[in-house]
Amino acid sequence: MICNICGTKEATIHLTEIVNGQMAEVHICEACAEEKGTEFKTYFNFGDLLTGMPGLEAAPGASGTKTALICKDCGMNYEDFAKNGRLGCAGCYVSFQKPLATVIKQVQRSSSHVGKKPSRISKETRSVHDLRQLQEKLRKSIQEEAFEEAARLRDEIRQALAKFKKVKRPKDE
Amino acid sequence: MSEIDRFIDQPVNWLRATGPESDVVISSRLRMARNLANYPFLSRLSGEQRIAIIQEVGEAVKRSNFLKHAYFISSTELSELDRQFLLERHLVSRELFLEEGRSAVAITPDEMVSLMMIEEDHLRLQVFQSGLNLVETWRIADEIDSELEQDLDYAFDGTLGYLTACPTNVGTGIRASCMLHLPSLVLTKQVHKVLQALSKLNLAVRGLYGEGTQASGNFFQFSNQITLGQPEEEIISNLEGVIRQVITHEREAREYLKKKRKSKMEDQIWRALATLKSARIMSSSEATQLLSLVQVGIDVGVLEGQVTHTDLNQLFLLIQPAHLQKINGKELGATERDARRASRIREYFSRVIL
Repeated sequence: MICNICGTKEATIHLTEIVNGQMAEVHICEACAEEKGTEFKTYFNFGDLLTGMPGLEAAPGASGTKTALICKDCGMNYEDFAKNGRLGCAGCYVSFQKPLATVIKQVQRSSSHVGKKPSRISKETRSVHDLRQLQEKLRKSIQEEAFEEAARLRDEIRQALAKFKKVKRPKDE
Repeated sequence: MSEIDRFIDQPVNWLRATGPESDVVISSRLRMARNLANYPFLSRLSGEQRIAIIQEVGEAVKRSNFLKHAYFISSTELSELDRQFLLERHLVSRELFLEEGRSAVAITPDEMVSLMMIEEDHLRLQVFQSGLNLVETWRIADEIDSELEQDLDYAFDGTLGYLTACPTNVGTGIRASCMLHLPSLVLTKQVHKVLQALSKLNLAVRGLYGEGTQASGNFFQFSNQITLGQPEEEIISNLEGVIRQVITHEREAREYLKKKRKSKMEDQIWRALATLKSARIMSSSEATQLLSLVQVGIDVGVLEGQVTHTDLNQLFLLIQPAHLQKINGKELGATERDARRASRIREYFSRVIL
């Protein structure tokens, strides 16, 4: 195996990385390793992995209209995110919701959080979170073929959704 | 910097090699990302906002039972050498000092917990344990997080969970990882096969290894890739399940080496010891490779009672560049460091009888 850096000497040191289901290897000879130091920087940073993903270029601006997508809270341009993979503020998740959904789908397993929540959050956030937990539990119980449990959860979700609508309707209409 | 200097003579707790499965798993770490709701993320933070966040978090730290005795250190108090020193002890990350403005870190005196402020996210909490003990790292991180959120408003969305600067951390915001030492899998050339089989399991692996006499340490880091859509406990138990499989493979490979390649392996181990006992100049990479072989020697019983994993892990840390310089009390050039390193190693191995 020949060194990936100098392309001449025999590679004897191997850097293996698995990210996003992809196995990548870098093979280096001793001389190049010495030069680069023993501390190899990761070649496939999670953040860097984002840049260059197909979903990123498909930002709304590309659909003919030249209007840039800008976060209304912090003023960040979506193109900047596509370049470095870092968002400007929590509001970016709302402003860039559509293109981000594509990105998140590619790097994560699902599109909604299950697990811990802070104790200090608004009632609205809490009920959305609770609903997501129920939906996740339902998905699992179906997977495990625990149908009685699933039926119970389905009713619980229905009730939660009905409550939602009650809260929301006066505003919508 | 007096607070940091206290660490110099202190063995690192999570390198004690006392935890579960510590013949293969060196350490477990959990990193948790959080952002404050009322400030933009890192790239949009002003200098004043950085200081305001550090102050706000500082107050919360003082009220936390877990962190109230932590050393609170601002980046402005740290020299380049101090930063490198903390980096070698894994108490800070490179990213913490990447940008100009102020950042800070709170470190518990036992070095098991560090809370970085103004890293890629406003808060990055790290919890360490010796051996395979991810469950405990999560238990501690969860407890500290629950204490801090009494005083801090986190950026949290009902659907997406904890919001982070990079969407690869969104959701739980946790990254659990273990450092594994897999010399037998490398020596038997099985490591590639094992890793290949794992590559579809939604986890990330990083390893640096080599063959023959070349520089390497046979260390591999395993961590979860997904942070959204799985509860914290499940993320941790999945990763632990995979790691247990790798441990089994490593032990099988070790048994194979013991049975089939005993004499050749013993030869390599004793040669490594001879070099460690007598070298006058030694680079970091050579030391890593040789010490890794000595670790194998302990595992296969060649060095019964003479050397322990605990001592070796500590020695490994003490011969890192910034540690050599901190112990020396002033900066050293590369050549001088290689000589000091060799002498430190000789001193340690002088008790080993060949």
